[in-house]
Amino acid sequence: MHSSTAVFGKSRLGSGLIGAALAAALVVPSPLAAQLAVRGETVYTMAGPPIQDGVVLIGRDGKIEQVGEASRVRIPSGYRTLEAKVVTPGLVDAHSVVGLAGYLNQPHEQDQLERTNAIQPELRAFDAYNAGEFLVEWIRDYGVTTVHTGHGPGALMSGQTMVVKTRGSNVGEALVDSVTMVAMTLGPEVSANYGGRPGTRSKGVALIRAELIKAQEYARRRGERGQDGPRDLKLETLARVLAGEIPALITAQRATEILAALRLQKEFGFRLVLDGAAESYLVIDEIREAGVPVILHPTMARQSGTLENATFETARLLREAGITVALQSGFEGYVPKTRVVLFEAAMAAAYGLPFEDALRTVTIDAARVIGVADRVGSLERGKDGDVVLFDGDPFEYTTYVCGVIIEGQVVSERCR
Amino acid sequence: MHRVVWSFLVLVLAGISSAVAQDRPLVFRGARLIPITAPPIENGVLVVQGGKIVAVGEEGRVRIPGDAVVHDVAGKVIMPGLVDTHSHIGGGDGGDRSAPIHGDVRILDAIDARNDRIQQAQAGGITTVNVMPGSGHLMSGQTAYLKLRDGRTIYDLLICDDVLTEICGGMKMANGTNPRGQSPFPGTRAKAAALVRAKFIQAQEYREKIRQANGDPSKLPPRKLELEALVEVLAGKRLINLHTHRHDDILTALRLQKEFGFRIVLQHVSEAWKVADEIAAAGAPASIILLDSPGGKLETIDIRSTNGAALEKAGVLVGFHTDDGITDSRLFLRSAGLAVREGMSRDAALYALTMAGARMLDLEDRIGSLDVGKDADFIVLSGDPLSVYTRVEQTWVEGEKVFDLNDPRDRAYAVGGFGVVRVISANHHEGMEGH
Repeated sequence: MHSSTAVFGKSRLGSGLIGAALAAALVVPSPLAAQLAVRGETVYTMAGPPIQDGVVLIGRDGKIEQVGEASRVRIPSGYRTLEAKVVTPGLVDAHSVVGLAGYLNQPHEQDQLERTNAIQPELRAFDAYNAGEFLVEWIRDYGVTTVHTGHGPGALMSGQTMVVKTRGSNVGEALVDSVTMVAMTLGPEVSANYGGRPGTRSKGVALIRAELIKAQEYARRRGERGQDGPRDLKLETLARVLAGEIPALITAQRATEILAALRLQKEFGFRLVLDGAAESYLVIDEIREAGVPVILHPTMARQSGTLENATFETARLLREAGITVALQSGFEGYVPKTRVVLFEAAMAAAYGLPFEDALRTVTIDAARVIGVADRVGSLERGKDGDVVLFDGDPFEYTTYVCGVIIEGQVVSERCR
Repeated sequence: MHRVVWSFLVLVLAGISSAVAQDRPLVFRGARLIPITAPPIENGVLVVQGGKIVAVGEEGRVRIPGDAVVHDVAGKVIMPGLVDTHSHIGGGDGGDRSAPIHGDVRILDAIDARNDRIQQAQAGGITTVNVMPGSGHLMSGQTAYLKLRDGRTIYDLLICDDVLTEICGGMKMANGTNPRGQSPFPGTRAKAAALVRAKFIQAQEYREKIRQANGDPSKLPPRKLELEALVEVLAGKRLINLHTHRHDDILTALRLQKEFGFRIVLQHVSEAWKVADEIAAAGAPASIILLDSPGGKLETIDIRSTNGAALEKAGVLVGFHTDDGITDSRLFLRSAGLAVREGMSRDAALYALTMAGARMLDLEDRIGSLDVGKDADFIVLSGDPLSVYTRVEQTWVEGEKVFDLNDPRDRAYAVGGFGVVRVISANHHEGMEGH
């Protein structure tokens, strides 16, 4: 972990009344969680050096009970043992739109972007999440157990994001964190999506500033009046951003857009996570000094448009500079409808990011950036029993994911 | 005066050195050779001269010419240059929106040989490519077979020598939803098939008139560029490349092929796994694409990465394509890795990257394998072609090195970076629509 970079260590599961109510109403304990022992020739815990011939014990509550060398861990009787060549934590996709943007790519199931207004931070991700979406299962079968999803890029403020597990038949069963970030975008695609309003980058920044200033005033007014007065869902959400309760996830590909995001962060003091960041390698010092983590575009994202200057090496360059980097499947408007972070991390590794660093971008560092590292991202006692079993080097094309476990429940056992 | 003399000397010396470079054999020693048409050779020797392969074999069994320039490539892997059977690099375009059928339109009239996507394809190990117009038409135009030489103009890249007398590419067609639209574009699949049938019947009649003229210029029908190209198609000299996704559209393509007897390469073939036996029975080759997920387009919701395996099992000739910009030419090797992951055999996947593509372009006598007499198109890899960690280190076309990962400019093309891609064609979106 790089101390120079701020990350969000605490889950906000149930933060706020809405989240708590939703969690209470819908979260169901894993009924099928068994007591499991997962034994791997190599176990990448992401909480220390890899363990050769290691074992992960998962209890009936779906939590990890013990992790260690097989010779030192006694597998209690009654535990089902699974074996694999390589064992990793469940993969964490640091930014996606699965569950909101359906794989048919038809209007009736594209809920990641509402186009009547370029500023709608009040839109809640969990009001639109389809747990039964095919692409959720698709990424899960490649080892993704946790995904930060919700409103997509393309609006000045498109709405909220959330963190789910890739399981469950409804959002309540899947939910880890109900309001994770507010998604914002700086760049020309906003103009394209909203009829040329804003028509320029500068105008977009001006509109965001004006809205944040309104939110400052709203918060002050509400504070002075002791929380009475008319509620405004939009400003209420932004007041939480300004209070540091919810980070802003700002999609910014060009160096100019990244600097604008950092400028906004400095002016308003919110917590910032940079998203996309194709040209981040051009402004590494500025990002590092701001202490901001980066959820980098998929390594294989199409290098055109605002990503025309992207490189396959950016994850490595950021990591070498001490910046926390997570990888994402991102948003795809066409084919393929989603990417798979396992393959994106593999490509980052192929282009020079050391193996374990590449694994970090889709496990512990991704979990930290999205604020759920107390539950997922590494194999440690007390964390969720989310585990992936591989039959070889996880990044190789010809290695299969042969088992996916979420909170002690084996959700996939066929090799693929 | 002095300057003139100097210039003359420089010219003479340059001429000598380039002549020497071309004439002196190049020897690549110590690599694992994957000839494709023969089993791999550990510690192999590849000898190249005059742009051709002159010897391939095990160390000790190949005579190394005394004047050869020897490249030590121990620990590397050499395989034939990759053949991309369907790409949109070069910024070219095809037919416009005036009609759904443009058999007369040639993409070679619009390709920019200096487009940076061509350099990027070299970085991906691609040495031969079938550059196509898009799929928004029933017939969007004539494709161009290119060698990815370092060229200044389209003529440096074309495989044919004379664009007026030779066949320089195939013919791009599409069915399914992409060519649909307002009249004169078809509104339904059946209408699309009817329009195509009518056009081919016209071509048959045109061919008949030419036959009846029996060489008498006064009896020849007036020239029709489109029908001339379709006569080449009917004669089996120009291959149809037909973009198709759904299994019923695949069957429609095969039905047309049977009716008119043209030669076809099925492109994308997303639901091939549903009709692999029918494709095999028709003897139609299939060029497939490997993607990270299905969906994104209704026609492709059932695309499967198991297509390669299913088609191989059925006995179909399988090739790969990038459809660049749908996938990146620099990552073309990935197609084989993903296909093998999904059940294709290693040999078939490597064949699909090379020889299969050569056959789909009617170029199997010139390219696609490391065989004596073929063009010296090959790539030097850091490791096994199916490993994600393997990088293309060098790309050679006809004995000339067109990409070297150690060269800073070439390296930039391989990995990307600020200002590397300078030319974004106004039509670069066509590859997106074109899928």
